Amino acid sequence: MSTAPAPTLDLTEARRRRAEARWRYLRDTYVLWRRNRLMLLGTAIILGLLLVAALAPLLATANPYEQILGDRLLPPSAKHFFGTDGLGRDIFSRVVYGARVTLTIALLVAAISTPLGMLIGIVAGYLGGAVDEIMMRLADVFLAFPRLILAIAFAAALGPGVENAILAIAIAQWPSYARLARAETLNVKNNDYIQAMRVLGAGKMRIMAGHIAPMCLSSIIVRMSLDMGTIILTAAGLGFLGLGAQPPMPEWGLMVADGRQFLVDQWWVSTLPGLAILVIVMGFNLLGDGIRDVLDPRQRQL
Amino acid sequence: MRGYLLRRLVTLTITIAGIMVMTFFTSLVVPLDPLAALAGPQAPPETVERLRTLYGFDQPLYVQFGRYVARLARGDLGVSFQTSRPVLQDIVTYFPATLELATFAILVGIGVGIPLGVLSAVYKNRAIDHFCRILSLIGVSTPVFWLGLVLMLVFYFKLGWLPEPGRLDIMLLEPARVTGVLLIDSAIARDLEVFADALKHLVLPASVLGLVGVASISRITRSSMLEVLSQEYVKTARIKGLSEFPVIVRHALRNALVPTVTVVGLTYGLLLEGSVLTETIFSWPGLGRYMANAFLTLDLNTIVGGTMFVALTFCLVNLLVDLAYAFLNPKITYTES
Repeated sequence: MSTAPAPTLDLTEARRRRAEARWRYLRDTYVLWRRNRLMLLGTAIILGLLLVAALAPLLATANPYEQILGDRLLPPSAKHFFGTDGLGRDIFSRVVYGARVTLTIALLVAAISTPLGMLIGIVAGYLGGAVDEIMMRLADVFLAFPRLILAIAFAAALGPGVENAILAIAIAQWPSYARLARAETLNVKNNDYIQAMRVLGAGKMRIMAGHIAPMCLSSIIVRMSLDMGTIILTAAGLGFLGLGAQPPMPEWGLMVADGRQFLVDQWWVSTLPGLAILVIVMGFNLLGDGIRDVLDPRQRQL
Repeated sequence: MRGYLLRRLVTLTITIAGIMVMTFFTSLVVPLDPLAALAGPQAPPETVERLRTLYGFDQPLYVQFGRYVARLARGDLGVSFQTSRPVLQDIVTYFPATLELATFAILVGIGVGIPLGVLSAVYKNRAIDHFCRILSLIGVSTPVFWLGLVLMLVFYFKLGWLPEPGRLDIMLLEPARVTGVLLIDSAIARDLEVFADALKHLVLPASVLGLVGVASISRITRSSMLEVLSQEYVKTARIKGLSEFPVIVRHALRNALVPTVTVVGLTYGLLLEGSVLTETIFSWPGLGRYMANAFLTLDLNTIVGGTMFVALTFCLVNLLVDLAYAFLNPKITYTES
């Protein structure tokens, strides 16, 4: 090795070029993002959600839990932007705090289901054989149920509550990530660079974690961002049925259910929290579509 | 083709076995003692013990599982706690209502989705295309339970154009049950009043449920139409002097519909099972609402049996969709992969 001629590309030069390529990629991504108007709208909605969740104590005009029974079912006004509910709580403040609940649910579901799905998918794809067969048949069983039914069934079995709802949705969600990660793994597992790692003596764990997982990441991110809206809708649906978040938590689906009995004369109790769900899910869907267009190398054109 | 079918059936069997194992073990880990529920809160421990022996809960797990499988094979899904009737009988009672609703919803999805998809492909990037995109965005982003409430508020409470939730006006008698599908039963009984009323009751829930279908069907129709419209034979049809309408409908649409059929089938499968929320909103006495009540009251036999039924139908619909796809598209042959 020591007698080999100096490589024409020394390490600093290689690093510089790699940094440059990375920088160019980021800049192209930014240009694509700027050009996609719908994605900009989605980004704005989601940034708004993040901001509202972060600044909830500042934005809320009242304590979201405080019941003022004298102020029951007031219509929207300058004092109560979205009116008050059946227990005299300020709906606007509850919607504002609900942003935290929704965001927490969505992030936790993603944080549980994607690593789990990736782990199972990569292990199944890389090891192959019986391990692959067992894990994929298991995924098939989960995929045999419609996702909403599966989430509802697990939420009911685990007992109502927001933590269990999160777990239930994550359980319903992982198989699709596992499938995706497995497909990506099969794609790259026989590539030369993986062979090279193997020849160099890298262990299975190291190859899977360090060299295959990063290759799966972008498609998993795309899928996850597309799923975000569905996750929120499922969580809200569970809340609505009484199987998700429990009162008095300001969860939007639960708030829609609470307002059902007042629908005819006090329309705002139910409809305004539901509108919040619609806007946020739309934001995630727009953003997800955009992320797919930007990250997908086949569609990535400047 | 036969080999493919065989392989699919084998996988289906494995999946069904997996579903059985899963439902069995889920019912074990549920934080609820079905015996205590059955015996009541004041029952002395001896009674609970006797029930445990009676129902075989004292046997080893594999014996219990064996009995469970044998029970299922006989079509015995146990007795529902909420209705005190066999779960299978309940499913037979409630499923036709769901079938009726889902079928109308998918008709809405097809009737609105395909024309919208075609129009937005033909007038790409024009107003109708943008409208269609917005509609399908709303379709996938709207919480159905919320949309149901809003439409009910507007069309029932405020405008009074459409009837109250439920399947039939309370003043009307249900026709003699033949299929359980009200429209068919009332047609058999030649009861025009019931037929019309049942149809009116279907409009709102079917539209709400159908909106999801409109979104996915119009999207897939648009993209496959765009693909087909750019092909040579469409150009040829135009060059030989055909006017626009036959080119689009007879030449392009027919081929573009192949992927649409798949999406329609998959959506139909989802609608059959995914109507839990819609049925709850519209007090629709179907499988979805029955299941929702079971989930809320932790009616274990119903949950397990209903979920199994749902999963089985879902698998079968998916299988049929795949076969239909192969049948419609001669380019696809399921030989050795």
